[in-house]
Amino acid sequence: MSPETVWRWDRAWEVLPHLLEGLRITVLATVVGMAVASVLGLVIALAMRTPSRWLTVPLRIVTDFVRMTPLPVQLVFVWLLLPTVPSLVIGCTVLGVHYATYMSEVYRAGIEAVPRGQWEAATALDLPRSRTWLGVVLPQAVRKTLPGLGNYAISMFKETPFLFVISVVEMFTEAQKFGANTFSYIEPLTMVGLLFLLVSYPTSLLVRRMETRLA
Amino acid sequence: MSDDIQTLIDRLPRLGDALVVTLELTIGGALLAVVVAFLLGFGSRTRTLWVRGPSRVVVEFFRGTSLVVQLFWIFYVLPVFGYEMEALAVGIVALGLNYGAYGAEVVRGSIESVPRGQWEACTALNLGWFHRVRRVILPQAWALMIPMLTNLLIQLLKGSALAYYITLHDLNYWTDQLRRATSDVFFSYTVGLLAYFAIAYLLTWAMNTLEERAKRRLGRGTRRPSVRAALRLAPDVGPRALAGKGVAA
Repeated sequence: MSPETVWRWDRAWEVLPHLLEGLRITVLATVVGMAVASVLGLVIALAMRTPSRWLTVPLRIVTDFVRMTPLPVQLVFVWLLLPTVPSLVIGCTVLGVHYATYMSEVYRAGIEAVPRGQWEAATALDLPRSRTWLGVVLPQAVRKTLPGLGNYAISMFKETPFLFVISVVEMFTEAQKFGANTFSYIEPLTMVGLLFLLVSYPTSLLVRRMETRLA
Repeated sequence: MSDDIQTLIDRLPRLGDALVVTLELTIGGALLAVVVAFLLGFGSRTRTLWVRGPSRVVVEFFRGTSLVVQLFWIFYVLPVFGYEMEALAVGIVALGLNYGAYGAEVVRGSIESVPRGQWEACTALNLGWFHRVRRVILPQAWALMIPMLTNLLIQLLKGSALAYYITLHDLNYWTDQLRRATSDVFFSYTVGLLAYFAIAYLLTWAMNTLEERAKRRLGRGTRRPSVRAALRLAPDVGPRALAGKGVAA
């Protein structure tokens, strides 16, 4: 088969608008998922610091469980359990919760990296607990977690195609639909891959720059 | 509930078959990934642009385009060019290439973290390149890279759940079949996720043992780890683990 018959530019142009439409959903899922992950991750990280074992041990088990089981299986699980909830909502939430378990470790490392002297200074100044956290510890900790947050945002972006398992029509599902309708997967799948690369590579360069600047 | 358990027991033999497929994908993918990671990792460190350039491009390409896309590309598009593979081979190749590219960054970063003095000492002792890497650099870099490789291995196991969507009968498929048989979503998926969790736990434990061995060979981990330390699952994902190694997602 000659290359002209395999790759057809007219089909490639035909699928592009569908893919860009899907890219919108992909980016939306990433942004919402990351918002859930960064808030919930911080909550988990703070909850893990409480001295009560009745809270930390079960929480540790739950986060390990979520972190070490496959995202597609989790997605289908929740989707089947809650048939009335729109699949995009489920997709964003499960993505967010899955990544929150990763983010909590990033926050934990960030909080532990705040020098002891900062805590002691807050005690010496007799700051209340809320101001110690909000005014002293968290601003320093969060700054250290920004590169980690960026890295996870990129990897979440690349994992949004998993949402096809619960038929959220994002970029990959658009490509698959087009492929199934025209019996030609080469143009849509190749272009989806390139679009992912086109967005994720420049972003990862930015994050790397941020990493060296904040380090 | 008792019906559910009866159905589960009836389906246990098939769970064995499903586990074999998932493990084949995971282990096969991991072996391929290690080969790819070392080739590309060392390739990214060479001085010749003709090796370094292509290595970097391949690494960034496989990291930048999503695993799902790669898997389906190999499954649907490669046959058009005359490379038709069995679904299992497709899964192993896709997982191996994708996580191999991530692993290449880990290998590169870990080798760069070995102090320069070690290389200089090798030069002073007039060791050849292979000897240096094999006897001096790799044992140190290996201990550094294991925690990050463990994370990648668990990611790979989780990625293998996609195999169901390229017609393979893996653990994900088995879970879905159990759901159809029991029509109890909560029960079947909890069992399926627990099975995945058990595999991930065993893999983490094996890798922790490997790390302990690697450290002990360097004379660092002198004490045997406590049971609690050996069973801990905490991944090494903080910014500190990646800081300064240029390892970005």
